[in-house]
Amino acid sequence: MKDVSFGQYYPVSSFVHRMDPRLKILFLIAFITAIFLATSFYGLAICAGVLLLIILLSRVPVGKVFREIRGILFIVILTSVLNIFFYRGETEYWSWKFLSITREGLIFSAFLVCRLILLVTCSSMLTYTTSPVELTDGIESLLTPLKWIRFPVHELALIMSIALRFIPILMDETERIKNAQKARGADFESGGLIKRIRAIVPVLIPLLLSALRRAEELGDAMDARCYSGGRKRTKYKKLRLTWRDFVGFLVGAAVVTGVVLLRVYGVGTL
Amino acid sequence: MNALELKGVSFSYEEEGGFRIDNLNLTVGEGEFVAVLGHNGSGKSTLARLCNGLLEADAGEISVFGVPLDSKNLFEIRKNVGVVFQNPDNQTVATYVEDDVAFGAENIGLPREEIGKRIDFALKATGIEQLRHSTAARLSGGQKQRVAIAGVLALKPKIIILDESTAMLDPRGRREIVEVVNKLNKEEGITVLLITHFPEEALMADRAIVMNRGTVVMQGTPREVFARQEELLTYNLDLPRIGIICNRLRALGLNIADTMDEDELVKEIVRCVS
Repeated sequence: MKDVSFGQYYPVSSFVHRMDPRLKILFLIAFITAIFLATSFYGLAICAGVLLLIILLSRVPVGKVFREIRGILFIVILTSVLNIFFYRGETEYWSWKFLSITREGLIFSAFLVCRLILLVTCSSMLTYTTSPVELTDGIESLLTPLKWIRFPVHELALIMSIALRFIPILMDETERIKNAQKARGADFESGGLIKRIRAIVPVLIPLLLSALRRAEELGDAMDARCYSGGRKRTKYKKLRLTWRDFVGFLVGAAVVTGVVLLRVYGVGTL
Repeated sequence: MNALELKGVSFSYEEEGGFRIDNLNLTVGEGEFVAVLGHNGSGKSTLARLCNGLLEADAGEISVFGVPLDSKNLFEIRKNVGVVFQNPDNQTVATYVEDDVAFGAENIGLPREEIGKRIDFALKATGIEQLRHSTAARLSGGQKQRVAIAGVLALKPKIIILDESTAMLDPRGRREIVEVVNKLNKEEGITVLLITHFPEEALMADRAIVMNRGTVVMQGTPREVFARQEELLTYNLDLPRIGIICNRLRALGLNIADTMDEDELVKEIVRCVS
C-alpha cells in the first residue's frame, strides 16, 4: 500500500494541535483579516511575531513550514517585479520609458511579499496542526447555524468525511489498475501530452466504475445501520473548548486590535 | 419465539427475470447459529438483503421476533437485524475505528454516554479495544471485518447476518471472524445467520442450510448435511477439508469413523494405525 497519509497534517501532540478546530479556523480568518488590514510594517511585524510563536508552539519543524513558500515563489517574484517597475513614487532611482524603480516601489513590493508569505504560512499552519477529520468536524460545527435556512450541514460534512476516508482506498486502487494495465502492455511514461492523457482513460474508466460500486455498497451498509440523514442523529464526539482555546482567542483578538489601532493612528502607514 | 421467519418468500431482480429467491421458507430460532451454504447465484446474499429490508420481497412474509417486516417498522427491524457485508473497505464510514463504531448508534439518536458505553461493549466483544483510535484503512482484512461487526453490535441487534463476510479474507482473518461470531452467539445469545461458501465455517453452527436456485435444498446439523457428499456435489459444494481427509483415509483402507473434529480425527487415526 502506498503511504496513506495525505494532505500535510503533521501528527504530533502540541499546544496548537490540541486546540479546538473551530477556534483554529476562526483564528485563521481573524489572522488573515489582520494581515489585510495592516498598512504598515509594524502591523505585519505583529502578525509575523505571533505566527512565529505559533510555529514554535506547534512543534512543526520551521524548515518544513518555510518550504511551503516555494510553492508560491513564482507569484511572489511576479508581484514584486511588477510592483518594483510600475509603482509610481517620488524618489526615483532609475527610469526608462514607462518603467521606473522608485524608493516607494521597492518598499511597497517588499511589503506585499511579506504579506503573501504570511498568508501562505498561516494557512498552512492550520492544515499542519489539524487533521482532515478534525477540520471536517470543525466546519460542520461552525456551519450549524445554517441549518436554520435548511442548508444540509450534516450531509455536507458526511460527504466530506467519506470522501476523505476513500482517498487512500481509491489511490490504492488506481495503482492496482495501473499495474494491471502495464502488465497488459499499457505505456504511461512515454509519448507526448495527448498520448499520455489518452493512456489514462483505460485507468479512469475502471476506477470510476469501481468507485460507483463502492458507493452503492457503502450506501447499503449505511442503510443497514439505520442511517436516515441528520435529523434524528446524535453526535458522539463533541468538540469542547478548553483553556488553550481561550488563550488562542485572546491572542487572536490582540492581533486584530493591535493591527487596527496601528491603522487608525496611521503609525508607519506606507 | 422464532427470531426470524420467512414464509413463501419470492424475489426477482427486474433486469434479470426468473426468481432469485423462489418460494423460500425458513425459520431461525432465538439464539440459534445457522450457517447458510450455497454456490454463487444460489440466492444466499439476496436472502441477507431481504431480511433487513434492503430489498423488498415480491411475495411472502418475513417477520423478525414476530414483527412483520414492512416499510413502517423498517427502522425497528434494522436495529434488530445487523448485516455485515463482504467487502471490508466498503462498509466503514469514518476514518477512525471509534467513530465508525459510533455511526450506527448515532443514527438512532442515542445520548452520548450511551454511545460511549456501546462502543466499549462492541469493541470488547470483538476483541479490538486496542484498535479504538486506529485508522480503519490501515488495518488487516480480519481487523476491518471485526470493526464492521463492532459497528453493527453498537446497535445491539438480536440477529446478526454475515453476508459472505469472510470471502475476501485470508485463512487467518476468516478464523478470527468465525471465532468472534461464535463467541457472540454463545456469550451474548445473539442469533447468527452465517452466509458463506466455505464448508469449514458451517462446522461450528447449530444448523446448516444449503441453498440452490433460491430455495433451501438441504438442512440439518452440519454433520448430517456433510454426511451427504454426493448430494452436496450436485449443488457445487463440497465437504470441509477434514471430511475430505476422512474419506481419503477410508479409501486407503483405514476404518475411520465419521468426524468433523480435528482432535477426534487424530485419535481415530491413532486407533486405526496402532
